[in-house]
Amino acid sequence: MENLVEIALQNVNMAAILPSVILTCFGMGLLLINVFLPRGTTRPAVWISIIGLVVTGFFVFSGWGDPQYGFNDAVAMDNYAAFFSIIFLFAAGLTILISDNYLHREGYPVNEYYPLILFATAGAMWMASGTDMMTIFLGLEVMSISLYVLAGFFRGQVRSNEAGLKYFLLGAFSTGFLLYGMALIYGVTGSTKLTEIGVYLSAHSSLLDNPMTLAGLVLLSIGFLFKLGAAPFHMWVPDVYQGAPTPITAFMSAGPKAAAFAAFLRIMEYCFFTLKPEWTAMLWVLAVMTMIIGNVIAIKQTNIKRMLAYSSIAHAGYAMVGMVAANEIGYSGILFYMLAYTFMNIGAFAVLTLAGKKGEDNLTLEGFSGFGFKRPYLGVAMTIFLFSLMGLPPTAGFTGKFYIFAGAIDAGYIWLAIIGVLNSAVSLYYYLRVMVYMYFRDPVEDYSWVSLPAAAVISIVIAIIGVFYLGIIPGDVMELAKLAVF
Amino acid sequence: MISVYHYMGVAGILFAMGTYGVLTRRNAIVIFMCVELMLNSVNLTFISLSAHLQNMDGQIFVFFIMAVAAAEAAVGLALMITFYRNRASIDVDDMNMLKW
Repeated sequence: MENLVEIALQNVNMAAILPSVILTCFGMGLLLINVFLPRGTTRPAVWISIIGLVVTGFFVFSGWGDPQYGFNDAVAMDNYAAFFSIIFLFAAGLTILISDNYLHREGYPVNEYYPLILFATAGAMWMASGTDMMTIFLGLEVMSISLYVLAGFFRGQVRSNEAGLKYFLLGAFSTGFLLYGMALIYGVTGSTKLTEIGVYLSAHSSLLDNPMTLAGLVLLSIGFLFKLGAAPFHMWVPDVYQGAPTPITAFMSAGPKAAAFAAFLRIMEYCFFTLKPEWTAMLWVLAVMTMIIGNVIAIKQTNIKRMLAYSSIAHAGYAMVGMVAANEIGYSGILFYMLAYTFMNIGAFAVLTLAGKKGEDNLTLEGFSGFGFKRPYLGVAMTIFLFSLMGLPPTAGFTGKFYIFAGAIDAGYIWLAIIGVLNSAVSLYYYLRVMVYMYFRDPVEDYSWVSLPAAAVISIVIAIIGVFYLGIIPGDVMELAKLAVF
Repeated sequence: MISVYHYMGVAGILFAMGTYGVLTRRNAIVIFMCVELMLNSVNLTFISLSAHLQNMDGQIFVFFIMAVAAAEAAVGLALMITFYRNRASIDVDDMNMLKW
């Protein structure tokens, strides 16, 4: 018995989970501190959570290039996990900075909001660093359960209730598929560790066309594609994104989406590299469908939040092109693109958050008429983010798409790259329409309710710096992304 | 003699029933019960495979699934209560504020 305990303790390596443990401690400490703060005082919670994210980021950075494996190979804090962790931390930090003013405006100055974001971020980090299906599942659920609460955070607003409940029902449904896939794969290979599954499948090639393996692969993919918001499992995305509080929409479209990519990519690459032709063929079709559905339906939208939701479906499609390419430049392109997308999308949502009236009734295109002249700074910021989302140089969106499509061409998927580029041409229409309303329509409002709180300005400035840094000097970050992939 | 295939078959049928229920029922609580049915069919699959393979990993996984399902139930029922307070209904057809 003592021997067993010793063996178990030897396998524990706290360094592998140190960053996420620190983040969770900050979250739990914040919950305790909140009890002693007077109601409506949220400023301390904002800054404590920002400090928590910065400290976590420091530990993630210091672990770069020094992979830590722990818990009997259930967790691997390698460069791949570190790169994704940085993306989640940026997403959480930018979101927290734009939230404070918004929560006060909407009448929910509640402190529990911030720990929930920290827990969701920690869950995302476990997803990215999980090398065992159990770790990935637990990370996914920690993240998702926090997000269900955050999506339905405005208790008195039916829209927010509805978004939370829809997200919860469909998220739990997709978890069922994911778990059934994991169970079948476990049955075939006798292990839940990703590397052992991969080794077993490559050693027993007769298992590759076994229906149980293929059913497991498909069910597992359904679970992850659902979290990615890829077609045909995208139906929840527009509803949830529109109904959730705007900063939470920004967070959901950046952090959790990147987390789903992180876990999906690792599972596919570690477990199913022997089935690569099969799953790249499957993802080829789905990537094309996702891009087309996202972009075409976005054209019809008059609510900007809902339009950005469809555009986020389309962006998931672009990133999936990198998975189809399945080579170094495609994979590192996904990492790069997710970082770029975090900056540009959260930036756009930050402007949207500031421009909205109480009760969020000012998010339609008409509501933005003349916004660019009445609020010039925010107008310019929005223009930069929209240019980046379109994929125009010299912004991050351009370089990100460039790397991903270059990967696809490198792997011989010329047509896929052409479809992707045509799709970004389609997306010009609905992004430019926002700018047409901002600059070429006469203002119907004076936007006197728009204030510029310092925290939100910091967030927008960081996002603009990120967009231009990744757009003009992408080489450094791309080198890091190349070191991060397998 | 009951083999692992029988257990897998039962689990598969349960999973299909759960999926069918989620897709056809209109009451949010019944949908949630169907989701729980799906999760329990996964538990049954894991346990039967774990016994068949003489490997403990599957049983440990089941404990995690049960714990997570309990946490999910707490959050989900709370969301349903807030929705019911505002709309006096938990019919998914009444979730019609957000549409294109």
